[in-house]
Amino acid sequence: MSEAPIECRRVALRAGARLLVDALDLQVRAGSRWVVLGPNGAGKSTLLAALAGARRSDDGSVLLGGRPVEQWDVQALAAQRALLPDGWLDPFAATVLDTVLTARYRLGEADENGTRIAEQWLARFDCGSLLQRDVRSLSRGERQRVAIATALSQEAPLLLLDEPIAHQDPRHQALVIDELARLQAHTVVASLHDLNAAVRLATHALLLNGRGDWTAGPAEEVLTAERLSALFDTPIDRLPLASGPGFFAVRPPR
Amino acid sequence: MLSVPPQRVLVALLLAALASFALALATGSVSGVLSALVDWSEGASSRSAVLWQLRLPRALSAFAAGGLLALAGSLLQALLRNPLADAYVLGVSGGAAVGAMLALLAGGGLLGMQAGSALGAFATLAALFLLARRAFFGRLHSAARVAEEASTSVLLTGVMLAAFSAALLSLLLALAPDVQMRSIMFWLLGDLAGATDLRAAVAALVMLAVLLAASATQARPLNLLLRGDLQAFVQGVDVRRVRRRLVLVSALATATAVTLAGAVGFVGFVAPHLMRQVVGNDQRVLLPAAVLAGAVLVLLADTVARTAVAPMQLPVGVLTALIGVPVFIGLVRRL
Repeated sequence: MSEAPIECRRVALRAGARLLVDALDLQVRAGSRWVVLGPNGAGKSTLLAALAGARRSDDGSVLLGGRPVEQWDVQALAAQRALLPDGWLDPFAATVLDTVLTARYRLGEADENGTRIAEQWLARFDCGSLLQRDVRSLSRGERQRVAIATALSQEAPLLLLDEPIAHQDPRHQALVIDELARLQAHTVVASLHDLNAAVRLATHALLLNGRGDWTAGPAEEVLTAERLSALFDTPIDRLPLASGPGFFAVRPPR
Repeated sequence: MLSVPPQRVLVALLLAALASFALALATGSVSGVLSALVDWSEGASSRSAVLWQLRLPRALSAFAAGGLLALAGSLLQALLRNPLADAYVLGVSGGAAVGAMLALLAGGGLLGMQAGSALGAFATLAALFLLARRAFFGRLHSAARVAEEASTSVLLTGVMLAAFSAALLSLLLALAPDVQMRSIMFWLLGDLAGATDLRAAVAALVMLAVLLAASATQARPLNLLLRGDLQAFVQGVDVRRVRRRLVLVSALATATAVTLAGAVGFVGFVAPHLMRQVVGNDQRVLLPAAVLAGAVLVLLADTVARTAVAPMQLPVGVLTALIGVPVFIGLVRRL
């Protein structure tokens, strides 16, 4: 792995006629945890898809390990990065374990560690008791945690997560953020809507306003009340707490 | 889903296939036909003729057609992520029928009809993929919701294509000379009475084996594709390549089956559905299991069709539809 597992050079992303992201320069260093914030429709999922190589950038280039992501072989790419998409399809019955094991596809039929690794990640995300359940019988929150365990079972060093704490109750929100923040061997890029979860997870942050502008940098510089108020066009205060970086409180817009 | 080891299911299906072959060869107005397999004496020649020129080609054709339709159905269901997809429901069989009718009216004879039906099947599938290419080869990163809607749109497009070819058929039937009406009607319902060519039957069986083998190599990636294109791509599947191959396989399977047996309906949808209850959704097991189940189903249905009201023969498609429609409705109600 080169020093920057993934890098954006002058990347532009469009949705139809709208310019979502313009001339984005980003260096995601190994072991860092980037949080992507922005209003609905700002291009967070689009950016994650572009980083994953599932979508071409409309200008500029995404480099994975120094090589343009579209030049990578599909299987080799699967060994480098995993993605938690913003939804899932379960058209036919399947057990939770079999669903997680799809992540081991790149390792071929003779994958001895697959089940052990899948069970391990499921347990860490509080799904250890769901192994033989039909995925279609799960609640959205449970299904989402199974999807996170699936992404991790792929054992790719770069983890791209689209709203990992969607559908989670408070306990599981805290658990998911905590587990992600504890990952040692991974580089994480995650889109989030919860500002306080973002503060807890992020070493770096990227703000997308959906009109092409972006701000990127170390979390403590980027995740400020002024910047976030401007980003979401809503008054946001930072309430100091006895310890830690404080608590973001959102006031009703005007 | 029952927890039966897949090997045991496949062995049971193979035994069922052998048993239905024995039944199909032994049943009919001439008895003792099976003995012609071992009895080569002079006196057995008429029985031998019944076996080699009538029952064996017909049984092999039924088996191949059933297996091919079940294969096409399984693949279309997986590609569309919808258990209701089937060559008949999607209008492919109807398109084949229109092609065969046109060839017949143009004076093409049996060979022309077969070529016409293959062309019709391909033309309909081509139209379907063209009209709904977003769902088959759409952008990888579309949201799950978009993918689901796209799959529904393919299914609805197929249903409309089926309605369109039904209208075309009615038009052609109205124009057809009366003498041809009965044989045309039978063919449209799916009929194996004309399947007396041993070489054609064997060729179809070879085709079935080749297509099943080709699909088996794609069964693992297909398992991933079931869960969404984006997910599959991220996990290392070359989504477009797998889709292109399997679309071609299902088109070839449908065209071969329709050429052999006419528009036999619902097999492609009943067989995978039944097998899914037994072996689950692992395509590595489901594909061969569905193929065997479909083959046995059509073979048994055809045996009943030609003996139930003997000496009259029923089109086999009537029986498969009588079985298929209730299963379809039952499945829709559970969705």
